[in-house]
Amino acid sequence: MADLDTFRRETRAWLEANCPPEMRRPMTSDEDTFWGGRNAKFSSEPQRIWFERMRDKGWTVPHWPREYGGGGLDGEQAKIVRQEMAAIGARAPITSFGISMLGPALLKYGTDEQKREHLPKITAGLIRWCQGYSEPNAGSDLASLQTRAESDGDDYIINGQKIWTSYANYADWIFCLVRTDPAAKKHDGISFILFDMTSKGVSTKPILLISGRSPFCETFFDNVRVPKANVLGTVNRGWDVAKYLLQHERAMISGMGERGGSRPLGQVAADSVGSDAQGRLDDALLRAEIATFDVDEAALAAAAERMVDLAKAEQGHPAFSSAMKYYGTELNKRRHELLMSSGGIDALEWESERSSEGARPRAWLRTKANSIEGGTSEVMLGIVAKRILDLPGA
Amino acid sequence: MPLLLTEEQSMLRDSARGLISDHAPVAHLRKLRDSRDEAGFSRELWATFAEMGFAGLLVPETHGGSGLGAVEAGVVMEEIGRTLMPSPFLATAVLSAAALTRAGSAAQQSEYLPKIAGGALLAALALDEGAKHRPLHTALQAARSGNGFKLNGAKAMVVDGHVADLLLVVARSAGAAGERDGLTLFLVDPKAKGIAIERTIMVDAHNAARITFDNVEVTADHVLGDVDGGAAVLGGVLDLGRGAVASEMVGLSEEVFGRTVAYLKERKQFGKAIGEFQALQHRAAHLYIEIEITRAAVLKALQALDADPAGAAAAVAVAKARAGATATRAVQEGVQMHGGMGMTDQFDIGFFMKRARVCEELLGDANYHAAQLAQLRGY
Repeated sequence: MADLDTFRRETRAWLEANCPPEMRRPMTSDEDTFWGGRNAKFSSEPQRIWFERMRDKGWTVPHWPREYGGGGLDGEQAKIVRQEMAAIGARAPITSFGISMLGPALLKYGTDEQKREHLPKITAGLIRWCQGYSEPNAGSDLASLQTRAESDGDDYIINGQKIWTSYANYADWIFCLVRTDPAAKKHDGISFILFDMTSKGVSTKPILLISGRSPFCETFFDNVRVPKANVLGTVNRGWDVAKYLLQHERAMISGMGERGGSRPLGQVAADSVGSDAQGRLDDALLRAEIATFDVDEAALAAAAERMVDLAKAEQGHPAFSSAMKYYGTELNKRRHELLMSSGGIDALEWESERSSEGARPRAWLRTKANSIEGGTSEVMLGIVAKRILDLPGA
Repeated sequence: MPLLLTEEQSMLRDSARGLISDHAPVAHLRKLRDSRDEAGFSRELWATFAEMGFAGLLVPETHGGSGLGAVEAGVVMEEIGRTLMPSPFLATAVLSAAALTRAGSAAQQSEYLPKIAGGALLAALALDEGAKHRPLHTALQAARSGNGFKLNGAKAMVVDGHVADLLLVVARSAGAAGERDGLTLFLVDPKAKGIAIERTIMVDAHNAARITFDNVEVTADHVLGDVDGGAAVLGGVLDLGRGAVASEMVGLSEEVFGRTVAYLKERKQFGKAIGEFQALQHRAAHLYIEIEITRAAVLKALQALDADPAGAAAAVAVAKARAGATATRAVQEGVQMHGGMGMTDQFDIGFFMKRARVCEELLGDANYHAAQLAQLRGY
């Protein structure tokens, strides 16, 4: 306990000394997120300094082993780093699917060689990853995927199409689900494979969304040659890896609405709606909705904290991340509905400097995908019904 | 601190659960209700509670208690919620013990706390007056008279008011209704001249009373804490009580949910278990998630009450608001999914619905606490 108190003091002091003031302000645009990768550019000098200091400290991923560029911290220490970063509103130094999705699967299923090859490049932000899961005919029914990998000596030849591949057009490598045994039952013939997006035969095409932005792509594979050594886990057991990774993905998505250190939603609303003589938001029903939202958001934050603590104590249910994914994404949609309602006509502007090129309505529309991507809300409820509640036929 | 129970707290839960499920299943409440029991709870069981150290859970060890905190009180309340056991635990062992521990003089503490811990004294907090919980709107008047005060006014929904040996009365000694300053707490003998107590039979078959005060004379020795400065003590005590009631609601919600899921697996229609229908599966899954999130929020509040009572207000508001909304949903879904059987008095589900409604009003409903949070966050 005393050790943790000391650790907290040292962490606080280090963050205070090393986190540039610009990196303690809430993010306002896409450029504020640093993704890493071969073609990564920092949008500002403070962003570069903050990332490099955190990288050198091992704190892009504080709880990963030091040999892979992590901080080697235990769960309690990593929690303290998160809490102290939140306390000063520090931004994440990097946002990375390598950290939040692939890394945990590599740590669990990777060979020593795979871990040594990929993990250090993830912690150092050198390689940007994307996820090849969904296909045009394999959405909620993901296991029916048809992209095939055919054996050819030491390689596989991959053909097929993925869709909703987040930022595939910027990614350096992909972790991908492919069918290696077309004769097996649908869950049994799938393998989880890693390959370079510059491989011959890979192409991407961005998809324009209702937000006017293109965070997702269609990704095509035309006779792409990939070494068999790039399979993560056992051949034809890729569904196990996929499910394990999805747990982490869902935990990540459930937290996407978290806004450490930013102003309360009710105060943001007051900027446009105004307040009465007692300082109360001048729209009683909107105030009530925001207050109810705040209650739920604070409760979800407690549940997220508890989920991590339960996992550490080995008392957690592996399917609980589906519960959190469901609730977190529905909550984030509520947040953005309330932001739109709070902004009134000012939140409708789509193109202007005044509106940061329609940042608020575009973000609102983007959140509508939260309850679809990574498994729809309906799929999440089905998983909870089946795996946690053990309801029949689910 | 991990958002989990410690090993000691888990052991406390197990022993409370064992005792309560053995001696006070829902049938216990049903029997008290149907026999129109005079006390409305089992004195024998309360004596056992005291022997096991539950009555003095929050009483300092120097006064014969265990000196434990909000998390432990919540652990016991959650078990009470599972079987709806009527018990003096909330009014005596939580609210009154905490008020006396925090604000009592040395003499008051030595007089009352050992008796509370020993199960020999029941106490009740007389606070609410209007239809809704509004502590600062207390209007019961305490007018100075000689060295003491004269109390005039009326209280409602005094939990355990008809069996209490001691009343903790919140009165207005100065200022106007709505103001924070000017509240004073008094320790009053329920047999004092001018007090009239009417037991009110409530929807949930738990104990409450309406009490009127007609020129009730109290001396300066009966003041608990500071004259006119009662709001500060009261605020902390009420927050502790809110955490406790929220815990009861978590236990209640989980029990009602467990019974409902069991029914979904057992009840057959159209040739299959109704739990096979996706319309019900998704509602059950949603409710499960709500309950788990509320459980975390309530434990967060209880830990905050132990670590930093003065800074716990927001966490408590979140917990009580969540618990209210969650329990309301749990009992509504519980009755609906039990179909016609859920409407019968013979099935226990209705008891949970009734108790949830009362818990929702106790110490502020979900609307009250959401509004508190809005105020704390400056909008």
